[in-house]
Amino acid sequence: MAIKTTQFLNMGPQHPSTHGVFRMMLELDGERVVKCQPHLGYLHRGLEKLAEMRTYPQIISLTDRLHYANAFQNELTYCLAVESLLGIEVPKRAQYIRVMLAEMSRMQNHMIFFGALGMDLGALTPFFYSFKDRETILDFFEEIAGARLTFNYLRIGGLKEDLPEGILERIYAFTDQVPKIVDEYEELLSGNEIFLARMKGIGILSKELAINLGITGPILRSTGVAYDIRKVEPYSSYEDFTFSIPVGTCGDNFDRYKIRMKELRESNSIVRQAIERMPEGEICAKVPKVIKIDGEGYFRTETSVGEQGVYIIGKGEKSPYRIKFRSPAFVNLQMLQYVLPGGLVADVIATFSTVDICMGEVDR
Amino acid sequence: MLSLGSQFLVALGMLIGILIILLASMWLERKALAHFQFRLGPMRTGYHGLLQPIADAMKMVVKEMSVPEGVDVILYKTAPFIVFIPAFMVMAVIPFTATIKAADLNMGIFYVMAVLSISTIGYMMAGWSSHNKYSLLGCMRSIGQFVSYELPMGLSVLAVVMMAGTLNLNSIAQAQSCNWNIFRWYIFKQPLAFIIFFIALNAEICRVPFDLPEAESELVAGFHVEYSGMRFALLLMAEYVGLFTLTSICTTLFLGGWYGPPVLPGLVWFFLKTFSLIFILFWTRATLPRVRADQLMSLGWKVLMPAALINVVITGLLIMLKVY
Repeated sequence: MAIKTTQFLNMGPQHPSTHGVFRMMLELDGERVVKCQPHLGYLHRGLEKLAEMRTYPQIISLTDRLHYANAFQNELTYCLAVESLLGIEVPKRAQYIRVMLAEMSRMQNHMIFFGALGMDLGALTPFFYSFKDRETILDFFEEIAGARLTFNYLRIGGLKEDLPEGILERIYAFTDQVPKIVDEYEELLSGNEIFLARMKGIGILSKELAINLGITGPILRSTGVAYDIRKVEPYSSYEDFTFSIPVGTCGDNFDRYKIRMKELRESNSIVRQAIERMPEGEICAKVPKVIKIDGEGYFRTETSVGEQGVYIIGKGEKSPYRIKFRSPAFVNLQMLQYVLPGGLVADVIATFSTVDICMGEVDR
Repeated sequence: MLSLGSQFLVALGMLIGILIILLASMWLERKALAHFQFRLGPMRTGYHGLLQPIADAMKMVVKEMSVPEGVDVILYKTAPFIVFIPAFMVMAVIPFTATIKAADLNMGIFYVMAVLSISTIGYMMAGWSSHNKYSLLGCMRSIGQFVSYELPMGLSVLAVVMMAGTLNLNSIAQAQSCNWNIFRWYIFKQPLAFIIFFIALNAEICRVPFDLPEAESELVAGFHVEYSGMRFALLLMAEYVGLFTLTSICTTLFLGGWYGPPVLPGLVWFFLKTFSLIFILFWTRATLPRVRADQLMSLGWKVLMPAALINVVITGLLIMLKVY
């Protein structure tokens, strides 16, 4: 009789570092991972089905619940998809405000990433540093949209209302601080010997595998592929802004971390540019009273996680016949079963943390 | 020799004393950590949350001590005591001042090292009997960690013992007696041994960056994941008792015990030094991420162990050459 030398460990859905209700079935040899099988679906709320029973403007509030730390970008993707199907031209001011909000959203998402990564590696303090600064951004969001996470602020054709008076100056003043803030973050972790030992050369994802799996966003860029939908297919006036795409070299945990820190700075510069060149004018285009779509179409944007897509099929009704959200984190999670085997339990947590998922988006 | 009654009184005094110290260091940790992280920490119970540890302790005491299905009941129930009692036993030989001490053992430091090793068995029992894979991984880690860090710790102590020429903690402290000349403290003569001892101490009490046995983000809570109520409180108390006893041993060995410039009484010096060391440990906790199990092992065996051995050799040579 062969003696089984491995044990099975069920990590999640209730586990402090699975960022929600993600579940990994690990096969361990001592502490070394032999096999990893991710399991999903614990936060499935049937958002796509719910959307079929709602009118097009009502769906916006559903998209808030996809990546709930990143709601502006989800709203933006959906609104752009509907607008492109209806052929609506969004006023320039609304486009700029959308870009500004999307980039601020990206900044706060990367701040969560930084804090959660530190937490997962056992350092408590980074979490409080980044959440303190994230709070400032959330305060701006609250002032603009009236909510901290689920905004429901974008509308098909533009925005719900114009920005509050004087907020642009205050956001601009905050963006002055951001490079210093990011420097502080990097001082906390980037140079730390233990941090480097935990991150460098761990969880290496090859370029070929990343492309074959359809991985997008910072994880793809960390493998050395300079692919960013904001550059490849600019939407919402992204072509007006100058920004660079940070690219990694070897696709390990440290690259994935470093890229997000660089993107934080880039997003900050985009926010500054948007405020500096903020045009005056309308904030919402002329939109039919009742929105009906006949036809189908796919639209994609670059969220902080990767390629967020919306596929809409309309049959001339008030609500879509079928709607599909392509969530980047769902696709990105595939890398785990290729990357984790051979590592230790501690590496599982570190690598998983650098994938930066939000279960709301994965399970929809 | 003290009578049985007075021995009992001394032990009781020690127990109450350690409980107060324990609560104080818990409060201090929460406050220190909070202020490192832009927080205030406990503020509601008592002045600046001073009563918070008492409230926590009360909560622990009244909670149900659940015994999960499938555990090895005898091992599961005895493990917390086997962890706690040795940690507390170390208190017996700590000389707070020349007169305030429970026992004056001739082989005090040897006793400390021996007793400390016992709690490893308790950790193993707790992890093994809990019938949980996380606690099993936690206890595997803790055994590996304790075994590999006790050796460099013992060797760094050996250097001090060679210089003092005694195993008696009281005499070791007296060998560092000073007024203003604090350079008589062994930390200045044995800096390497101090660093090794301090790192090993950090690993021995499982604090960040060496908190692998209970790594809450990986193993949920490690070996004590299934414990609740008073049994959990005992495990937690063992950790804080260990924190205090080991730092006070460190004070005695390297920082001259109760000796210091004669502006403060000896007892105050002792606690000042000990709590400074404890504060450094809190500071470390607020700063560093956790190391990985294999990195911990390689640090222990490949860095600390050879360094401690070299230190012993150099100390021996210096003593032979009558430099020390």
